[in-house]
Amino acid sequence: MSFGSTGYDVAHLLGGGVLLLSFVLLYQRRLDAVINAFAVQGALLAAAAAWQGYSQNNGELYVTAALAFAAKAVLIPLALRLLLRRLGLHRTMETALGVGPSLLAAAALVGLAVMVVLPATAGQAQALTRENLALALSVVMLGMLMMIARRNAVSQVIGLLSLENGLILAAVGVQGMPLVVELSTAALVLMLALVAGIVVFLLRDRMATLDTESLSRQRGEGEAP
Amino acid sequence: MLTALLLTLAGLGLLGLCAVPLSRARWGWMVVHGGALVASALFAGLGLAVLAGGALPAQALPLAIPGVAAQVAVDALSAWFLLILGLAGACASLFALAHARHAPPRLLAAYPLFLAGMALTLIAADGFTLVLGFEAMSLASWILIAAEHEDAAHRRAARLYLAFALFAGACLIPAMGLLGGAAGDVSFAAIRAAPPEGWVAAAVLGLVLAGAGSKAGLLPMMVWLPPYAAAPSHVAALMSGAMSKVALYVLARVLLDLSGPAQPLWWGVPLLVLGAASAVFGALRANLESDGKTLLACSTIENVGLIAVGLGLAACFRAADLGVLAGLAAGAALLHALNHALFKSLLFLGLGEVQHAAASRHLDRLGGLIHVMPVTAAAVLVGAAAAASLPPLSGFASEWLLLQALLAAWRVGDLAFQVLGVVAVAAVALAAALAAAAMLRMFGLIFLGRPRTPRAAGAQDGRLAARLALLLPAGLTVLFGLMPGPLLDLAAGAVQILAPQGVTERGSLAVLRVGDGGARYWPIGVALVLAVLGGAVWWLVRQRSPAGVARGPAWDGGFMAPPPHLPFGDPMTQPSATGFGQPLRRMLGGSLLAAHESVVMPRPGDPGPAHVTSGQMDPTETLLLAPVARLRDALAGWADRLRDLSLTACLILPFSTLVALLALTAWLEAR
Repeated sequence: MSFGSTGYDVAHLLGGGVLLLSFVLLYQRRLDAVINAFAVQGALLAAAAAWQGYSQNNGELYVTAALAFAAKAVLIPLALRLLLRRLGLHRTMETALGVGPSLLAAAALVGLAVMVVLPATAGQAQALTRENLALALSVVMLGMLMMIARRNAVSQVIGLLSLENGLILAAVGVQGMPLVVELSTAALVLMLALVAGIVVFLLRDRMATLDTESLSRQRGEGEAP
Repeated sequence: MLTALLLTLAGLGLLGLCAVPLSRARWGWMVVHGGALVASALFAGLGLAVLAGGALPAQALPLAIPGVAAQVAVDALSAWFLLILGLAGACASLFALAHARHAPPRLLAAYPLFLAGMALTLIAADGFTLVLGFEAMSLASWILIAAEHEDAAHRRAARLYLAFALFAGACLIPAMGLLGGAAGDVSFAAIRAAPPEGWVAAAVLGLVLAGAGSKAGLLPMMVWLPPYAAAPSHVAALMSGAMSKVALYVLARVLLDLSGPAQPLWWGVPLLVLGAASAVFGALRANLESDGKTLLACSTIENVGLIAVGLGLAACFRAADLGVLAGLAAGAALLHALNHALFKSLLFLGLGEVQHAAASRHLDRLGGLIHVMPVTAAAVLVGAAAAASLPPLSGFASEWLLLQALLAAWRVGDLAFQVLGVVAVAAVALAAALAAAAMLRMFGLIFLGRPRTPRAAGAQDGRLAARLALLLPAGLTVLFGLMPGPLLDLAAGAVQILAPQGVTERGSLAVLRVGDGGARYWPIGVALVLAVLGGAVWWLVRQRSPAGVARGPAWDGGFMAPPPHLPFGDPMTQPSATGFGQPLRRMLGGSLLAAHESVVMPRPGDPGPAHVTSGQMDPTETLLLAPVARLRDALAGWADRLRDLSLTACLILPFSTLVALLALTAWLEAR
């Protein structure tokens, strides 16, 4: 499978789409839009997994794809929307890093990922696997960047989940990765997201804001106000 | 024979393991210390057998660690130090049999392990086993030092000791790694085949000097040494007599044997300089301390310095192709190591006996003990005279040899080295004189004069085993003093390892020669002359005083008669330990030990007393320990700041680390 063949091109297209959605996540200013972009990213990820299952002829990957679609594209976005409606939040959010600088940093990170992965795997794996790994590493780093660049707790949670999307993307691209690894990674990140959701509730209850910077004023032994 | 040695080691290890259950039984302590005594005797016997018979070839350790070829072997150098360990261990174990009846179980467990660790270090034939034994020795002795951990000062001493033990390990392990080279083969045979060169050699020299030197007690890493008076007496004796020798063995083995004979002239200079400085520093400090065991520990610093001077000198002479002189210096160092192990064990045990009987080791609380503890006094007198290097005792023979070797330092062609040799001669002579003064002060304050406390007046000699533990090293000290020639012959194999061309006929039973046409020393002749002179004086005095001995009241230094509740006189009218050391403190202590002295007078009209305060400080404590402590606090402060980071900063920190690592990877791949 190399450049020009349908399998390669479609896999490349889907992986690139996931990465593109990561960029989209970075420049959204409204929470609704962030959640929508995240849902689309989940759907694309599910499609990428399904395509890999088809081209690798591996039934387990269809399970991954179905799980990813159900969780990432439907359930989590729905839950987040419910959360937003319940909390009655103002839908805009402030960024710690401006949109322009964060997009520039994101482009630099993608370059770095490509420069690291492509030479390191030279001659050891298929071209598709290598580029898939580069894309996945980029998605992971953009997820981290999003967690840093946003001050809103909900968008930080979405950054974490999009980071996990990158991990899944890497896992499905490599042949022979057992399903249990993907499932356990997904479970781990979902647990983290659950904890983060509870933190969001508490934050809202106690401080009437979702700005995580306000937490650093509440250090120490004393009771929160 | 090696099998017997290994079995002894295994037996000691077993004894250490069984010590805790054994300590429940009433005779448990006796089994442990008796076993240590037997093992020590075996060490000494095996050492003697190898010295007389010949080296035992290397043999793989039966309990090998996977991936490591641990080997043991006994050559003449190991055997000589095994002999030292055996003799010191036997004396200490004998003393422990007499006194350590109520030792807590952890001490019983650590004591055989301490002995086994030292023996393992001595018989190791590869770097791994050497470090293993060295660290076992350090850890076991740490437990022994922490014996009386209820006292905060003792806890501090143990902590300091542990820190220095870790430091020694952190120095020795990379040194062994460097010696192993690229192949990583740390067996001694492989290291000898490819000795270190260039910067590797310099790094090995620095690391081994710091690691083993700190354990031996060389300047400037000897801060931990004086506080080890905290340990029980037999342990302190063993640490001073044997453990410092084991560290010196590591120095000699790595720097003189493993690093090969092809090292340049400066190779021995650090040892020489550090040794001379330690000798002066230790001897001076011994004159100022008022705690008896701390005094002895400082004297150990001095003697270790002298031995290091001998080793350094041997390395320098060897590099200058002066094989015979190298042999002389190496022989002097080895002989002094043996002699010091015995007389210092004797002194520590004697002081332990004093502490047991008079309930103090502080010089200002003792006095007049020669009347109530004649056996201990006689034994300590022998040890103190040997430490003061008086002929015909053992200390004199070896220090005389060392000075003869130093006086020949001009035969190395380099002018700078000749100047250094002159300075070293002056330093060693000064150290010997100061050591004699320190020993005089110690003996005088403890055993002569009048008792300073009622407890000192009621002391008495120990039991038979305790007396034996003192008389055995005392007898050996006299014996070794009378026959340095045969001892040097016995050490010929060890000298040959340190200075391959250095073995010449140095002496017979009666005479010790430096070289052809050089100075000579007749120990037995000197002893006879001294005996005849002493007898004549005694006879003359008897002749001049036909009425016999009459005791009168002691002169009280011009003070008024003591009140009746002080039957032994007013203690304040006797010189105190601090007062005795005052001249030396004023002369030399100011610059070397930061000694200070001040008088606070009461204001005019105030009838209160004036106060004199005086004291000294170890300069290494302010120059070495204080900066290290400040560095630690600064690092802790920095680490503490991490705790106060905001959430975003917490996220940025790992993220930027990851990005930096990835960038590094990309950069490395691009090259």
